[in-house]
Amino acid sequence: MDIFLQFDLPSILLGSLAALACGLLGNFLVLRKQALMGDAISHVVLPGIVIGFLFTHETSSWAMMLGAGGAAIFAVLLIELIRRIGNVEPGAAMGVVFTTMFAAGVVILEQTGTAGVHLDVEHALYGNLESAIWLDAYSLSDLWNWQVLMTLPESIKQLFVVNMLVIVFIVLFFKELKISSFDPLLSASLGFSPKWLGLSLIVMVAIAAVAAFTAVGSILVIAMFICPAATARMLTDNLKVQLFISGIASLSAGLFGYLLAAFGPGLLGYEFSVSAAGMIAVVAGLQQVLAMLFAPQYGVVMRRRRQRAHASV
Amino acid sequence: MHDRSSSGLHLLHDTESSKTVNPQDLPFTVQGMTVAYHHKPVLWGVSYSAPKGCLTAIIGPNGAGKSTFLKAALGLIPKLSGDTKVFGAPIEKVLKRIAYVPQRSAVDWDFPATAIDVVLMGLYGQIGWFRWPSRKHRQKAMDCLKSVGMQDFANRQIGQLSGGQQQRVFLARALAQDSEVYLMDEPFAGVDAATEKAIVAVLRQLVADGKTVLVVHHDLETVRDYYSHILLLNGQHVADGPVETTFTAENLQKAYGGRLASTQLDGLSEASNA
Repeated sequence: MDIFLQFDLPSILLGSLAALACGLLGNFLVLRKQALMGDAISHVVLPGIVIGFLFTHETSSWAMMLGAGGAAIFAVLLIELIRRIGNVEPGAAMGVVFTTMFAAGVVILEQTGTAGVHLDVEHALYGNLESAIWLDAYSLSDLWNWQVLMTLPESIKQLFVVNMLVIVFIVLFFKELKISSFDPLLSASLGFSPKWLGLSLIVMVAIAAVAAFTAVGSILVIAMFICPAATARMLTDNLKVQLFISGIASLSAGLFGYLLAAFGPGLLGYEFSVSAAGMIAVVAGLQQVLAMLFAPQYGVVMRRRRQRAHASV
Repeated sequence: MHDRSSSGLHLLHDTESSKTVNPQDLPFTVQGMTVAYHHKPVLWGVSYSAPKGCLTAIIGPNGAGKSTFLKAALGLIPKLSGDTKVFGAPIEKVLKRIAYVPQRSAVDWDFPATAIDVVLMGLYGQIGWFRWPSRKHRQKAMDCLKSVGMQDFANRQIGQLSGGQQQRVFLARALAQDSEVYLMDEPFAGVDAATEKAIVAVLRQLVADGKTVLVVHHDLETVRDYYSHILLLNGQHVADGPVETTFTAENLQKAYGGRLASTQLDGLSEASNA
């Protein structure tokens, strides 16, 4: 039991919480046809992360998150500026800003000698999920013990706070996010500025991306911004229900992804385990495939069956 | 609901329009509006004031800037110059007194929302930031769906409605906004005959209730049947006024140039003589 609490539970929590923060916000990115924004933002924030790191010299610090949020705002404003002055389409402006800022981040990273610490390519891709441990936990009752809970790894506590922020943001602005995603013109004419709502969504995405990124790497971040939302969209036509389903899909991907990675190879008689972050992304992808095939209304199987029933009449 | 008797008053007021008009009585006034897309001008110095309590068609050839006129007047797209006054106040201060119906193609109909969800959006302005719609709002949204004959489709996902039904949902949403000025961008585009009839009935009801309604309209043959006033645009302001005096072959020629076949013009002017 204590091995599960000390080694498995923290990783499960870390993976699930990272998935949840990204998965919930992903709903709005997918609806706004900005699904790859999560990917782009996770690159844009690099200079912000590095500068935040230089101030505190510890990973998963709040300074890094502030830096990331600042970098995201800077990027969005810069895109708007280039679009207006350069008179180019938004996609081109984004391409210029994203690559330039990512490159700037890499240069700062190399020049300041921080590259060797924790911020390297391997961590950036696969994250650090398995390294989360909770040595103070010995029994299930520790899960109710505040003092022991506070000894959870910093990255888990941070992701917990970020998830709270994300949920509060969505509950407070649900109506506004919905109308500005569906009909920006009406939204603007009613006084709900789609520009400001879009910007605040991007800042939340940046914060979630960074919190998740340092824990689980960029592959999981990209998968989680898109898969749970796209899965949930196949299963319902109600945005509120979609948010709930995507939340459940995110958490279960985190749980089953980790369990499969840690114990799956063992069950097959192998003595190793595979990357948990990678497996979480695989599970999220599988959920998407299952939903596309078997969703009651939009799934391929049911649609075929309906067509056949229709044809035989 | 508004007092029906007030509509008569508006008409009286309109026909006897005195020389000194109080700006607070002008529902929708645009001054010297110029708009350009990527350095290519679309509208040059358009000035216009909508007659109060009337149903006005905005007509003109393709690319005449009809939709642009509405969007720029509302401040939804950037403009080089010009300002909009609603009952004498700058428009951004009185957005709630205006309801705007975008073109149907402006939104993604695959969005996870039902017909009643979309109508409820029209009430968001009244509900305000942070608050969620109440049962009262739901009731009102349902009433608006009823008045366009869409109550049976309230819980249908919007992508599963026909084009005409989608347009009616948009109209119900505008009704829910309960505004004094309605700006509609091509509500008749691609709708079936039944929907066209339903929309006309709603427009007439709005005017009977004393609202001012401006509609971007394409079909010249129905202008005379549906509207009392027109605004003719072709990048510039060509003419505006009552249909009887303004919807003439001469003005249409000016707005459409060679793009309108002379036989079409003949048909229209014959109708005007009839």
